[in-house]
Amino acid sequence: MGFNRSFRRGLAVLAAVALTGTMAACAQSERTPEGSSSEAAGGDFVFSASSDPVSFDPALASDGETFRIARQIFEGLVSAKPGTTELDPLLATKWEPSADGKSYTFTLREGVKFSDGSDFNGEAVCANFERWYNWTGVNQSENVSYYYNNLFKGFKSGKTGGIYDSCAAGSATEATVTLKSPWAGFVQAMTLPAFSMQSPTALKQYDADNTTGSETDPRFSSYATEHPTGTGPFVLDKWERGQQVTLKRNENYWGEKAKVATAIVKTISDPKARTQALQSGEIDGYDLVGPADQKPLKDAGFQIQNRPAFNILYLGMNQKNKALQDVRVRQAISYAIDKAAVVKNSLPEGSVAAKEFMPSSVEGYNDKVTDYSYNLDKAKQLLKDANQENLTLRFAYPTGVSRPYMPSPEDTFTVIKSQLEKAGIKVQPVAAKWSPDYLDMVQSPGGTDKRDIHLLGWTGDYNDPDNFIGVFFGQKSNEWGFENKKLFADLKAARELPSREQQTPMYQKLNAEIADYAPGVPLAHPAPSLAFAPGVQGYVASPVQDEVWNNVTVTR
Amino acid sequence: MLRFAVRRILLMVPVLFGLSVLLFAWLRALPGDPARALLGEKATPASIAQVNATYGFDQPLLQQYLTYTGRLLHGDFGSSPRTGEPVLGTFLDRFPATVELAVAAMIFAITVGIPVGYFAAKRAGGLLDTIAVSGSLLGVVVPVFVLAYLLKIVFAIGLPGQVFGFSLADLAFLPSSGRQDPRIDATHVTNFYVLDGLLTREWDAAWDALIHLILPAIALGSIPLAIIVRMTRASVIDVLNEDYVRTAAAKGLAPSLITRRHVLRNAMLPVVTVIGLQTGALLSGAVLTESVFAFNGIGSYLFDAISGLDFAVLQGFILFIALVYALVNLVVDLLYGVIDPRLRTK
Amino acid sequence: MTALDPAQSARPASLSALMGDGMSDEQGTSLWRGAFERLSRNPAAIIGTLIVLAFVLVAIFAPLLAPYEPAKSQWIDQVTPSDVPGPSPGHPLGLDPFGSDLLTQLIYGARQSLIIGVVSTAIGLLGGALLGGVAGAFGGRVDTFVMRLVDIMLSIPSLLLAVSVAAVMGPRPGAIMIAIAAAQVPVFARLLRGSMLAQRGQDYVLASFSLGLRRRTVVMSHVVPNSLGPVIVQATLTLATAIIEVAALSYLGLGASDPAIAEWGRMLVKAQDRLQTDPQLMLLPGLCIAVTALGFTLFGEALREALDPKSRR
Repeated sequence: MGFNRSFRRGLAVLAAVALTGTMAACAQSERTPEGSSSEAAGGDFVFSASSDPVSFDPALASDGETFRIARQIFEGLVSAKPGTTELDPLLATKWEPSADGKSYTFTLREGVKFSDGSDFNGEAVCANFERWYNWTGVNQSENVSYYYNNLFKGFKSGKTGGIYDSCAAGSATEATVTLKSPWAGFVQAMTLPAFSMQSPTALKQYDADNTTGSETDPRFSSYATEHPTGTGPFVLDKWERGQQVTLKRNENYWGEKAKVATAIVKTISDPKARTQALQSGEIDGYDLVGPADQKPLKDAGFQIQNRPAFNILYLGMNQKNKALQDVRVRQAISYAIDKAAVVKNSLPEGSVAAKEFMPSSVEGYNDKVTDYSYNLDKAKQLLKDANQENLTLRFAYPTGVSRPYMPSPEDTFTVIKSQLEKAGIKVQPVAAKWSPDYLDMVQSPGGTDKRDIHLLGWTGDYNDPDNFIGVFFGQKSNEWGFENKKLFADLKAARELPSREQQTPMYQKLNAEIADYAPGVPLAHPAPSLAFAPGVQGYVASPVQDEVWNNVTVTR
Repeated sequence: MLRFAVRRILLMVPVLFGLSVLLFAWLRALPGDPARALLGEKATPASIAQVNATYGFDQPLLQQYLTYTGRLLHGDFGSSPRTGEPVLGTFLDRFPATVELAVAAMIFAITVGIPVGYFAAKRAGGLLDTIAVSGSLLGVVVPVFVLAYLLKIVFAIGLPGQVFGFSLADLAFLPSSGRQDPRIDATHVTNFYVLDGLLTREWDAAWDALIHLILPAIALGSIPLAIIVRMTRASVIDVLNEDYVRTAAAKGLAPSLITRRHVLRNAMLPVVTVIGLQTGALLSGAVLTESVFAFNGIGSYLFDAISGLDFAVLQGFILFIALVYALVNLVVDLLYGVIDPRLRTK
Repeated sequence: MTALDPAQSARPASLSALMGDGMSDEQGTSLWRGAFERLSRNPAAIIGTLIVLAFVLVAIFAPLLAPYEPAKSQWIDQVTPSDVPGPSPGHPLGLDPFGSDLLTQLIYGARQSLIIGVVSTAIGLLGGALLGGVAGAFGGRVDTFVMRLVDIMLSIPSLLLAVSVAAVMGPRPGAIMIAIAAAQVPVFARLLRGSMLAQRGQDYVLASFSLGLRRRTVVMSHVVPNSLGPVIVQATLTLATAIIEVAALSYLGLGASDPAIAEWGRMLVKAQDRLQTDPQLMLLPGLCIAVTALGFTLFGEALREALDPKSRR
């Protein structure tokens, strides 16, 4: 027995040694030997993301972390001017709409090459437009190709009825895109990373559109996970899932080459852990700094950069509730809320009180809408007139979340709750975890009986009024629960106007109309902020997150 | 022994099958709409219907279950609609992090816990005993994220001020989060970062991975530490009072020999069980510790999957965890047979 | 080989612990009286009892002790994201991040913790006793089946179990308690069954059987009462866990509907943002939780030692 046992033990040890030996033999260090690498200039920039990217193909994504990385690898025809929402040329140096607003001719930058060496030209532009239009299967699903679905409305087959018609490459430096109907926001929409230009050669080589393993089982192609190929200042080096994405400088970039040799995007999902990682020097910067963290970070010598707010935080009202169908009650609630106090007591520095459902930088903003400035007496009087002096409202807010437009919902909720109570409205709190319950409660049919008022908001994708009020009030929705035929029709008409010049006065009128109708209370435009280590220079915060890191330098 | 092991492994099959049925039903009872969880606040009723149809969320539950089981029998765990990644691959990517953390935490708990428990038992009722026992309770009575924050502030970020001319900021020599310094260009073969560093002889990478383990291991290990201290102490006291120990002492055996051959050997039996059970528990993913230290293993991923109603990931991951848990229990039982002489005679 | 039967091997390790110091011979006293006498001589037990007593008293008399009404956010206008007012004559500990009086919130927090702790432990105990009792009493296939079920529950990370229960329950008052209880059910079930099995092998039980007593009589009058000790102890320890678990659930975004509510776990989680500017906001509720949990743990441990029949030697 004893022999037997030690024999077996010996065998086990032998097996273990053999296994380790084999593994060691297979394990080759992939490091480039010292000295031979090109790390003479640069160093690195480590930025922390809240989650992994979904993939590296921005056309098939809609989440911020995918776009953050895509903006380093890819470029669109146009971009937002650094720090603003205005249009800036990028891969297209000029663009010209046709008289009927249906086709756009882009003049392309010369001498630009994709990182795989192929040329960027008119044909490449058209290849991208054709690629999107020809998607089938899972690629047509809104969670995969959200932006194409929502802006171009349809595809060649399957979900048809899109507004894209055709694309023609006039020459190597010219491409003309033709639409089936006029769309004033077309060029603005081209600033979105979802519409950035990708290398047709690489797309084909790595089978980029082969997302479908099977209908119910989406898997991204090796293009989207390993070989994204664009014209941007960085190229993908490696992706360690759950840990980090490492980007290398694109040595052949046509513009200002990146100052750092590597840019690393490290995934840290816990917001507090991001702050601490910055404080202990593991990362050089992160996004969405909590309002309470700003002062301690500043005091310790870190830099805080506010993004110009391009968002709206609002108090939604659900008109399934009879009391809220009375415009006087909705106006009373508007007067009962002291927006300045909401900003001061619950939002970060740099936030501003809101007057309407879009920030002032959006075209169509109207400075002269009905202003419900804080007036407790008026609120009480209106409630009395409406015979609603004993009003109880269920007030829904999300937990476990921090959105760019809503950094600390609990605080905002508490401030508004105590203000409403001062006006004599009883408040019954309804809390739900952001994902999945809260969104379900606010937006699905099953949630309409669970809440009367709620907190929500929106961050604009690009400078377009329809991207704000069209989203909120364009049709009857579970969220607001009202049927205002005139408003719906007016919004539709405004969207379909062929040019910005015609749209702007129309949207100004619409903003006034909405303010009088008071479907909810626009609360504030909270300023999202970024934090950086003291030695980080050259990062320009953008209201639409159009931040490219080629000018970033880090001194330690 | 072999027959026993095989029988136990066969027994796992119905358990895992039962679990898959329960899980399927339970997950569908979660409130919310998976399509909405995928689309976020930009969802419209039309897009939700479309996504539901694409992924088959709108089919009858029985149909969905049959599809799922059918694929499962072919070894296909499906893939996550959120990330487009196969569930099995994601699990294998992330599980090493959890194992690494659990092992480090158990090493901490065992190397500190057993000696402390032993010496506390030797001086039961004394000052040392009281200090050891209440000290070990610290990990149990302080919420783990608070302990984690305190550890980070002292050892990673640094407190201001000085004590006895010694700057407190100097204590902050450890990293605050992650598994490895992002700036280190390390090769990963097995995804066990310490092991990878050793295998590829990238010593700096191995060392860096090791020091990244220290704080999370202490935070996570504090609970098993308390349990091991208590169990060792109780068990040693039990054994010290056994007749055979008295007999041995009466025979005049050297105290060190008694300790080694009689006390420790017998007292360790229940401790081994506890260690095994605790390891199983840690391997199922320490949600809070992983999240606070950005130690991206399966615990934090599972939590994200609950928030995102990612059924494929939840089903797959929990089945894997149950399997690992059952295997660990089996190993504990087998180990029990090895160290308990009474079970070995037959 | 029989000893490796899966039903046997799942037992928790010996729960018996023993006071090392020489106890006087107490033959003739009842189990509980003897336990009480041993408790009164154990300093850890006294400290634990005092803490538990103080906690319960504060919880009951909170309205008399607290200077203001809780969770009213009366001074919310003084709080900004970068600053929470500290101690002042009107507010000896300052305000909380939602503009209520911190001292008031801490006092009422004791009440909330007590309710959550007691109710969730009771539910967990009930569920566990049902499962474990059935398994232990019937043995055989019933036992195997029930214990496999318990294994399944144990193999799901307890926090995830709690999170999913809380999610299914939705934001209603009892959700948190049931969520915490759900994670405790398998623990209690395993414990009760283990200790019943251990009792079954005891000489006195065998003796009762050989005396011809009916199975039911033996189970009810010997096995159950003698198995109860560890369960009571575990319940006390679970109270401590429950109080801490609330904090973990709050950390993950689950919990009571009103964010301003006076509940230690919630206060703790909320204060993490301000750890560096206003450490008292985190340290005070943290201290309350730790001290209370320590009290229950010390008390439970001492009770365990005192109840152990072996310690009567």
